Parts: sequence; structure tokens; C-alpha cells
Amino acid sequence: MALPTREQLKGLQTVRTEPVEDNDAVVSIKNLNLWYGNFHALLDNTVNFPKGQVTALIGASGCGKSTLLRCINRMNDLVPIARIEGQALYEGVDLYESSIDPVEVRRRIGMVFQKPNPFPKSIFDNVAFSPRLYGYKGDLNALVEKSLKRAALWDEVKEKLKESGLGLSGGQQQRLCIARAMAQEPDVILMDEPTSALDPIATDKIEELIYEIKGDYTVIIVTHNMQQAGRVSDRTVYMHLGQIIEEGPTDQIFTNPKHEVTEMYISGHFG
Amino acid sequence: MMDKSMNKNAFTTSKSNPNQSLKDSLQKRFSSRLGENIIGIILLACAAVSVLTTAGVVISLGSETISFFADPLVSVWSFLTDREWTPFFSEKHFGITPLIVGTLLVTVISLVVGIPLGLGSAIFLSEFATDRTRRIIMPILEILAGIPTVVLGYFALFSITPILKSFIPGLGTQNALAAGIVMGFMILPTISSISVDSMQAVPGRLREAAYGLGSTKAEVITKVVLPAALSGIVASIILAMSRAIGETMVVTLAAGARPVITFDPRDAIATMTAFIANAAQSDQEAGSVGAKALFAVGATLFLITLLLNIISHQVVARFSEKYD
Repeated sequence: MALPTREQLKGLQTVRTEPVEDNDAVVSIKNLNLWYGNFHALLDNTVNFPKGQVTALIGASGCGKSTLLRCINRMNDLVPIARIEGQALYEGVDLYESSIDPVEVRRRIGMVFQKPNPFPKSIFDNVAFSPRLYGYKGDLNALVEKSLKRAALWDEVKEKLKESGLGLSGGQQQRLCIARAMAQEPDVILMDEPTSALDPIATDKIEELIYEIKGDYTVIIVTHNMQQAGRVSDRTVYMHLGQIIEEGPTDQIFTNPKHEVTEMYISGHFG
Repeated sequence: MMDKSMNKNAFTTSKSNPNQSLKDSLQKRFSSRLGENIIGIILLACAAVSVLTTAGVVISLGSETISFFADPLVSVWSFLTDREWTPFFSEKHFGITPLIVGTLLVTVISLVVGIPLGLGSAIFLSEFATDRTRRIIMPILEILAGIPTVVLGYFALFSITPILKSFIPGLGTQNALAAGIVMGFMILPTISSISVDSMQAVPGRLREAAYGLGSTKAEVITKVVLPAALSGIVASIILAMSRAIGETMVVTLAAGARPVITFDPRDAIATMTAFIANAAQSDQEAGSVGAKALFAVGATLFLITLLLNIISHQVVARFSEKYD
């Protein structure tokens, strides 16, 4: 069977299995559309992300999964040609209301990027970056230690907190970035293909870490690695050509997808 | 042509003996290697010219300076401590201090003007301006950098000084202030263009990380971009400072030829370079102590600039954030 085109997907009804109620969602995307210039990148996306769970966004390259992720902390505001319509609710508040300051949004929703991007500062200063930004009044040393422990990096770096974060290996750098995001004390952490630049062992550690923090944080992770989605996530959202084709519990999506495009993607016919 | 015939050759021989054809095609090609070697030697010669020129200048400066200090009229001690510089008077004094103070005064004024303007325009161009604005402003900055300094000297003398005179009482016709201000404009493009480059070289992923952590634009600039670009910024300032110290025409025309120790920017002063320019025009006999003084001042200028470069390397190594 040929893949459906954009035209054919027009007006598609997302297939939802055991959908998340609005009351259980910490982040809700409602009828969200995004254009890059004239290109309609996200078409009328609606999805709820449950509190304390890990949700994976999967789909072929260019399907809009990273774009959708970046709508949640308004990172797309930094792209001058991006235009957004619709709602992204965080704890019931529409983040795209005109009175909302995107800087405040990003302080509450942490983000980890595709390539580890520690600052060229010491390990300590990296983790302490956002608390210092917000004028953190408590014990900064304790917060840094706590964040590094949560990111499973403390034992490896506790002797060298003053050394540059760039001296660490790729996997350690990425865990440093996770610790840095945790020091913001966010409820939600967005991860944009956090292991795509890492070797398998470093990837394992990050996945273990995501598994470990489940419950305390709501994690939304974009991944092109389906095994990874299967291992770490509770729910999976499958996107194709800017639309959410199907969403549901990860087990169901992987073993019993309901939409034929999802099935083709899961079984590796394209991607 | 050559290629074609070789291919044909390879094709025919490959039928009879494939290994021989492979071996042929892997043979060292002496003709092209020879060409490469010759090019290498020519390029080495180009590089050698700059090294030899530097060495030649240092040797001539050094030998003339040594013979200057060998003169019974001067000593290293009086050169450093005498508070007067009158090499062409009948009663000769050879104290370098007035010239150093004059140079310092003008340089400091130029940095006070040039650093804020240069860094401000660099931050604007790198972080705020659209590509279109940048494309318009950058060439204008380069034009400013290309204005001959003799023109700037007259600009200081005939435009800036009269304006300053209207509200600064006691300002001389030749004065350190106007020369310093104009030199600040002169070094502005040096500071801004190098600083813009080093700020633009800061990887976008660092800015993204800072925004992702909830930084405002001002925080991204002050806490991430500027620290990461610091080595380039410091380098630009040191280079600008070296230019200011070595600048001759502006100070000769607008600041005067009066070697006195003063920190009053309204006064006429003499810088090391202005002295050298004036001395070169005067009717000093070659080989006289006055003519040799010129080389001693030149050597001092050279040492100060060298020292600045060394300090800047230390500063950059100590404080810069390396992101690669």
C-alpha cells in the first residue's frame, strides 16, 4: 500500500486508545496549527500528556514531532517565520495567550536537546545556571548536588565540580544537561531526541535515568528510535506529515496499532 | 587529453594483465610531485619575507638603540627617570616619560570612546540586527576603518576641536582630547568587527540552551554569548590599543609636539609616534645623538606593544571559555 499524501490525510480523525482525560493532563495541546512561512508544519494537533508519565513522540523525519515539542515551551518563538494558532495548555493555562511571557514558560518547563549543549563553564556553574538566573535563595550547593544525583551523574563528577562541563564524555554531558534542566525544578521535562548523538552504552544510561525519574516528572520525549520509545514510554503519539495519526498506551501502539499508517511505520516499512 | 589517453591505456592493458594496469595507475607521478615541491618552496619564501622583515627591523632598532645608550650624554637611568625630553635643545634631556605619558593619555581617551561604542555596536550587530541591517552597517564600518588617518587628523583639528572649544574652557588648538576622541572612532571598527565575528562564532546550541533554561535575551547575551566570545573581544581591544599606541598622523596633527608630563586632556602633548614623525622631518644629522634618540623611542614603542600582546595572550588563556 502506498503512503497517504497530505491531501489524503486532510480532515483525518486521530485514532485514540484510552485517551487521557483533560483532568489528568499536565500539558494539553488543542487544535494547534503551526506554519513556517507558507509551510503548514503542524495541522490541527490535539493531544493530552498525562502527569508523571513518559510520553514518546515518534514518526519519520520531518513529521513535525520536534516542532510540536518546541511548542510546549514556546521555543518556536525564537524562529521568526513561525506562526502558531490554537492552544497549548499547561496546568490549564493557555501558554499562547498574549499576556504570557515565554521566558517564564521556559523557566517552568525544562528542555534537553538533541546534541548535548553544556555551557563552556564548570560543571557546578552549568547546573547552577538557572537557579542563579532566578535568584535562588536556598542552599545552592545542595540544589546542585541533588540535581546531579537525580541525573545519576553525581558519583562521576563530585570530585571535579570546578572542571569544565565540556571535559565530560558525550553521555555525561547529556546527563549534565538533564541535571541542569532539573535544577530549574520543573514539573515537565521535554527531551528532543536526547540520545541521537550518543553511543549505545550512554544511551542505556539515559534511558535508565528516564525510567528512574518517571512519576516525579512528566517527560515528553521525541525519538526516532522505536525500541527506545518502547522501552521508556508509557504512552506513544505517532505523527505523520504534521498530523497526529494515532495515540495510545505504548504497548498497544507497538503490538496492535489501529491505523494502517502507524502499522506500516511500526513494522519498518518506511521511516 | 592526457587523462583520456591514460584511461585508454589502462583499459587495453587491463585485458592482458589486470595487476600490471593497477600497478601502473598507482605509480608515483614525479612530474606533479615536483610541481608541488616547487610551490611549497615559493610559499615558504613568502612566509620567510615577513619573518626576515621583522628580524631586520628588530636588529636595526636594537643596534641604533644600543649606540644611543652608548653616547656619553645619555644613560638608561636618565632615559627612564629624567622628566624632560629635549633632544634637540642645546641643553639636552633624554627622559622618555613625557612621551609615554602623552601616548598613554591619548590612548586611554581613545579606549574610553572606542570600547563602549565598539562593543555596543558589536552586540547590536550580532544579537539584535536583522541580516539586512547587518549587511548595510558592516560595510559602513569598513569604510570608517579605511579612512586615511591624515584625514582623521585634520578632522580632529578642524571639526572636533572647534566643537569642543565651544563648551570646554581652556582647550588648546592642539589637544589630547580631540585627538583621543577621533582615535576612538578610528579603533571602533577594529573592536566591533572582530567582536562581532567572535560573538557570531558562539554556537547557536549554547544560545538555545540558555533560552531553554528561561533566560531573557539580555541574560543570554551577558551570561552565555559574551563570556564565550571573551577571547575574541579581548583580542580586539588589545589590537585596537596597539593601533592607538602606534597611530601617528592623528596625534601629530591634532595633539601637538609638546613633550610635557600632564594628565590634562585639554593640553597639547607629544606622543612617542609624534616625536618620531617630527624628528624625521627635522634637520638632525644622521648619526647624531638626536637622530639615534628616534630609534630608542621606536624601540620603546615596540617593547610596549610586544608587552601588550603578551599580556593579552595571558588574559585570553586565563579567562576565555573554550566551547570546542
